[in-house]
Amino acid sequence: MFSPFHNMAWLAIVPIWLTLTGCEDQAALRTVDDPPSQSLTRMVEFGPGTEEPSKTPHPYINNRHAINEGKRLFSWFNCAGCHANGGGGMGPPLIDSHWIYGSKPENIFASIMEGRPNGMPAFQGKVSEQEVWKIVAYVRSLGGLDEDLPAGATSRPLQDKAESDLREGEIP
Amino acid sequence: MSNYKCLFLYSGLMIISFCLASCIQNDDQAVPQASNTANEPVHYPHNQSQPPSWLPDREDGQWTMPAKNYASTRYSGLDQINSENVKDLKVAWTFSTGLTPGHEAAPVFVEDTLYVVTPYPNAVYALTLDGSKKWEYKPDTHQESQGLACCDVVNRGMVYAEGKLFFNTLDNHAIALDAKNGKELWKTKVGDLKRGETMTMAPLVVKGKMLVGNSGGEMGVRGWLKALDTKTGELLWTAYSTGPDKEVLIGKDFKPFYSQDQGENLGVASWPPDLWKIGGGTVWGWLSYDPELDLIYYGTGNPGPWNPDIRPGDNKWTLTVFARRPDDGSAIWAYQIEPHDLYDYDGVNESLLLDLPVNGEKRKVLVRPERNGHVYVMDRTSGEVLSASTYVPVNVTEGVDLKTGQLRKVKDKQPGTNKTVHNICPAAPGGKDWQPSAYSPRTGLIYLPHNNLCMDMHGTQANYIAGTPYVGSDVKMFAGPGGHRGVYTAWDPVAGRKVWNIEESFPVWSGTMATAGDVVFYGTMDRWFKAIDAKTGKLLWKYRVGSGIVGQPVTFQDKNGKQYVAIFSGVGGWSGAIVSGGLDARDGTAALGFANAMKDLSQHTDKGGQLYVFSLP
Repeated sequence: MFSPFHNMAWLAIVPIWLTLTGCEDQAALRTVDDPPSQSLTRMVEFGPGTEEPSKTPHPYINNRHAINEGKRLFSWFNCAGCHANGGGGMGPPLIDSHWIYGSKPENIFASIMEGRPNGMPAFQGKVSEQEVWKIVAYVRSLGGLDEDLPAGATSRPLQDKAESDLREGEIP
Repeated sequence: MSNYKCLFLYSGLMIISFCLASCIQNDDQAVPQASNTANEPVHYPHNQSQPPSWLPDREDGQWTMPAKNYASTRYSGLDQINSENVKDLKVAWTFSTGLTPGHEAAPVFVEDTLYVVTPYPNAVYALTLDGSKKWEYKPDTHQESQGLACCDVVNRGMVYAEGKLFFNTLDNHAIALDAKNGKELWKTKVGDLKRGETMTMAPLVVKGKMLVGNSGGEMGVRGWLKALDTKTGELLWTAYSTGPDKEVLIGKDFKPFYSQDQGENLGVASWPPDLWKIGGGTVWGWLSYDPELDLIYYGTGNPGPWNPDIRPGDNKWTLTVFARRPDDGSAIWAYQIEPHDLYDYDGVNESLLLDLPVNGEKRKVLVRPERNGHVYVMDRTSGEVLSASTYVPVNVTEGVDLKTGQLRKVKDKQPGTNKTVHNICPAAPGGKDWQPSAYSPRTGLIYLPHNNLCMDMHGTQANYIAGTPYVGSDVKMFAGPGGHRGVYTAWDPVAGRKVWNIEESFPVWSGTMATAGDVVFYGTMDRWFKAIDAKTGKLLWKYRVGSGIVGQPVTFQDKNGKQYVAIFSGVGGWSGAIVSGGLDARDGTAALGFANAMKDLSQHTDKGGQLYVFSLP
């Protein structure tokens, strides 16, 4: 699936993508060289279960533009098909407190890129890293993992609307 | 016979004294027996319907396939358990599967052994009638298949034939086991997970062929029915639901009844270029077989994606009833129930094969309670629609034009991209989903376990990525008129109207069966297993099981003539995914919008599969 041709095709898209992405993204990116990755020395962190959310989130986290972009990408790459608008379906929910593979931005990033054994597909090569980080920002905002959801971010109101939506059908 | 009449008179009095209370609602015009029983008892079957003449009268006391027989009546001639003594029914033993998805399968009973297949990972157990484990079989499976099943990782059952057990696994393998010892005789891969295919249906075995179909109508899968050699597992033929005639196995013998179903390569021409390749029409429901006409019958699933704007055209042959020859799969007739589906009204429901009078003339028919809210009575030799009557509130169509076979669609209920349509009845799972109905030749009635749901629908863009959902629609479901979400209806297929019904809080997502003891059985998602008087609808007995019921009840007898009733408990399936999948009810669009209507399910049941076997003390 990841043939050399495909990799080259991806590289060819990069310049186009760079011109298409907004200034806001570029400004955010200048402050970090690389997205945070797993620590090289894992001895301290290693242990069963998942850990507390990271204290040093990616610049997209809590970024209104990234969250709204992430919402669009979440739908476009069919994440919503399995996870709905966070409540889940074919895939697990993303708005509850149960995180099978961890809720840290880098955990969610890894889940999207590498896939998970019970059916989560690996999106590596299909979605750019920056897009995945935006999806991560949106997913975390859905679950309210980051404090102070910025004004204008669209994830929360949807949940509130859903909660008040129990009603009865009518036949005219 | 006189006892029978007394019982019926008594039942009639019971109706008058109790039914008008609240547990049973009677239609104004229906209810022939309720209105006149006090003076003049109705002789059942009052509608002159009967099973096909080729269906053996003799009851063998077994249950070898989920539909019980090729006519799919789910009727047993056993009567040791009857409407008088069913109140004494007790648990004989139970068996835990240790699994938590929805348990939709029908157990199978042969000679002295009860066989069950579980949801994913699709283990098979052989159990003796004291509940001991005889053998077990656990296939090696691909666990990623779990993420490809639209509506929980269910399995709807297996079939016993020729000393073998036949079933499908979620990860697209058809398997034959030696029923004596559970030894795997063959295992054939018939589908591809990478294309989003899975399998959940129960096969049918006809003339040395195992007939199997795929699931995945929400994943851009191309539907098919395949025939495998029961001896070797070799693939004999594949009949696709979309595409060119030669792949749909449409040839010179194909004679559809209606003009809109006639023409060449409609499975290509009725789609935008190439979209038939990812257009759905999966075959995940029920098959029937008429050995006299030598025709198999089944219906195809929804077109993909749900958002209809993305696939202008009739989208053939989705939502289509096919009649095919089992020998080579060739299509004899087809009837597209609804061209260009708007609401995910899959046409996969069961076809009950009956002989009944239409305008005074006896006809060989198939009866299909469709998701679109109508019970269709069709001539099974030709595919002509003889009647189509609504059994749930419907506001998206105004009946079926019997001249053309076409539904009259209501224009302002058409959803589309960036458009929200409110109050669509019935909702996507339809008036009735997969949960199969039963027919009793003693009452002439069809017993329908079904839904009462409506929905809001909002069309979105859909992006095809192989192996991921291809839906393009946000849905939120809610209870239909009356506020109850489920109904159990006794239906007169000749008059085309209900005789009585029972309202349930949750969708009745279990199957049902009828017996010669004039008792019908079904289960509820809030954990009741119920026995109902087949004539009056009176609740005769109920038992509280461990988890909500979405399985199919069966009955059988041992060598000493003792009758048993068996049912899986274990909530799940599309309706129960909110509990079995641990979904978050705050998002009403979860589980393709079903979660919105099921927010309170977890207050009534948790998950967990268990087989219950009942008998009289």
